[in-house]
Amino acid sequence: MTDLSRPSTGSSSPEVAPGLLRTAGRRLPRRTAGPRPFVTLAACLLLLASMLAALLVGAADIAPRGAALQLLDWLPFVSADSGLAPVERALLLELRLPRVLLAAIVGGLLACAGAGYQGVFRNPLADPYLLGAAAGAGLTTTAVIVFTTGEGDTLLVPGAAFAGAIGGVLLAYALGNVAGRGGGTATLVLAGVAVTSFLTAVQTFLQQLDVEELQRVYGWILGNVGGGWEQVRLILPYAAVSVVVMLLYGRLLDVLSVGDDEAASLGVNVARVRLVVLLAASLATASAVAVSGLIGFVGIVVPHVVRRLAGGSYRVVLPLSLVGGAVFLVLADLAARTVIAPAELPIGVVTAFAGAPFFVAVLRLTRRVET
Amino acid sequence: MRPVRIALVGALSGVLALSGCAGSTEGAGNTGSTADPSATTAQSPQGAAFPVTVQAGNGPVVVQKRPERIVSLSPTATENLFAVGAGPQVVAVDDQSNHPAQAPKTTLSGFKPNVEAIVAKKPDLVVLANDIDGVVGKLGALGVPVLVEPAAAKLDDAYDQITDLGLATGNVDRAEEVADGMRKQIEALAAEAPKDKKLTYYHELDSTPYSATSTTFIGQIYGLFGLTNIADKAPDAAGGYPKLSAEFVVKADPDIVFLADTKCCGQSRETLAKRPGWSGLSAIKKDRVVALDDDLASRWGPRVVDLVKQVGEAVRKTATS
Repeated sequence: MTDLSRPSTGSSSPEVAPGLLRTAGRRLPRRTAGPRPFVTLAACLLLLASMLAALLVGAADIAPRGAALQLLDWLPFVSADSGLAPVERALLLELRLPRVLLAAIVGGLLACAGAGYQGVFRNPLADPYLLGAAAGAGLTTTAVIVFTTGEGDTLLVPGAAFAGAIGGVLLAYALGNVAGRGGGTATLVLAGVAVTSFLTAVQTFLQQLDVEELQRVYGWILGNVGGGWEQVRLILPYAAVSVVVMLLYGRLLDVLSVGDDEAASLGVNVARVRLVVLLAASLATASAVAVSGLIGFVGIVVPHVVRRLAGGSYRVVLPLSLVGGAVFLVLADLAARTVIAPAELPIGVVTAFAGAPFFVAVLRLTRRVET
Repeated sequence: MRPVRIALVGALSGVLALSGCAGSTEGAGNTGSTADPSATTAQSPQGAAFPVTVQAGNGPVVVQKRPERIVSLSPTATENLFAVGAGPQVVAVDDQSNHPAQAPKTTLSGFKPNVEAIVAKKPDLVVLANDIDGVVGKLGALGVPVLVEPAAAKLDDAYDQITDLGLATGNVDRAEEVADGMRKQIEALAAEAPKDKKLTYYHELDSTPYSATSTTFIGQIYGLFGLTNIADKAPDAAGGYPKLSAEFVVKADPDIVFLADTKCCGQSRETLAKRPGWSGLSAIKKDRVVALDDDLASRWGPRVVDLVKQVGEAVRKTATS
């Protein structure tokens, strides 16, 4: 926790647009930043491959050839006879396909939001849940589960989770502004820690009120991307808006990474950039949480992998995190539903299992940079 | 029913199996040694000889005299106590004990037991299902006898718990009657059910969807009717209560669906049909979705008979249609 509170200097030196730096007269970039067509193409191909694998494998044995033909048939302007039974067809198109798509969208959103938070806070350990989004969503969802019978589960829980996530972030933001005038990002992070502890305490209290529902709360927290088409449709507009905003601000995040004063001297409205990216990242987080629960580690693991493979410019990190997060969560969900099939592991267990060792490695690496 | 309690079942069933439930016979011997057996049956319950030793989940427990201020922190134990006629001796039950209606419900919790609040009821016997936060040791140190009656792992355990509680409360005869009655009714219901149809079923604990395999108590109930459980395909690593893959349930297409999440989670045939990909399930199309009472399907007390009746009815309807 204390690590999160200090203004970080640990992130690898970002590549900054050359034109902007020349005026500042500071360290010149080693290579020009910008979209990397080959890396991007490779990442997209990887995403397609993992989605295809996830679509063809599952607890119910469907002949891969039939499934592939059925998927082709599903695409517009293509028709193919898959020879699948109606049950198998429904299973593939109503269960597996939306599940894979939802995993991809949620993974992309969380990773992209994580990269955004890291840029805003200039802290490599920032993740989408830093400012109380998870605790807020956890609280409202627990309240819904405890106080209702779950009749309207399909919309009630996502709505509550979304409102809670947004509420948690706004509370932390307001608190950070009140507590530390001009205190910068460190105060904000501390406010996030305080809000998270407070909301989690209330959530735990609610849980105690109705221990019978403990399992449902727990299950929601560990995450689930099996929501079906309804949830995919639900999340799409929010996903689109937040991602577009974040991608557009990649360049300004690069400028921000040289420091507040330098960025300001370059004519950047630091406070506004920070607020806009924060809002967009929080919107992305809230919509992901709404349909999938609290899936950990995607938001912190993926941006770091991307940084190490493709460099630290946010114009590269943000889009590649989007694709990389999608790949990671599609594969994690594939593992979650096949390792002990026909039983399932909670997806949060898989992401944390793969993510936790990586997190330790990042901790070690950043310490080495600082000393 | 939520697998929270279930997890505890798993953890505690081993304890139960080890300790056995020989209490009733031992206690009966005890009764016989101090009073003439023929006189015992004729006497009022108060006449039953105390002290008695009960073999509970926490080992042999000596009850010195007929308890008059019983506190029950387990819904199943509450139902058992009232069934064996110990209801008038019960002064407080926990917040989850909602049956029978005349049970003196309080805010006491069996999941987060508060020793001071329990002692404030001045109990001379406390019955609970799980030793949480060391509550048994603390009450023991205060001189309050505690019976731990963990959730039964099989039908015989359920019968034993009823006779245990009968012995501990001085209602031996009534308890024997209740247990024997249950045994006979359940055996009769199982015997008259058609078993030649090789029906499959899916038992749902919540909409995630968690299910239960044949090794669990509820699974054994379905086993009485010769039903095949689709959840048995889940590997042992998933425990007796695996979270199944929704697509697996659809593919398995069970003949009957039993819902034990009607009260907790408002599930029904209608909500099932709305789940992505589920509308084609033959159990939904042919109206073979059986809405169980969550409590009946998670408390292994006297009302297990009602559960067995409901299952038997569903099996009969499905097999003859």
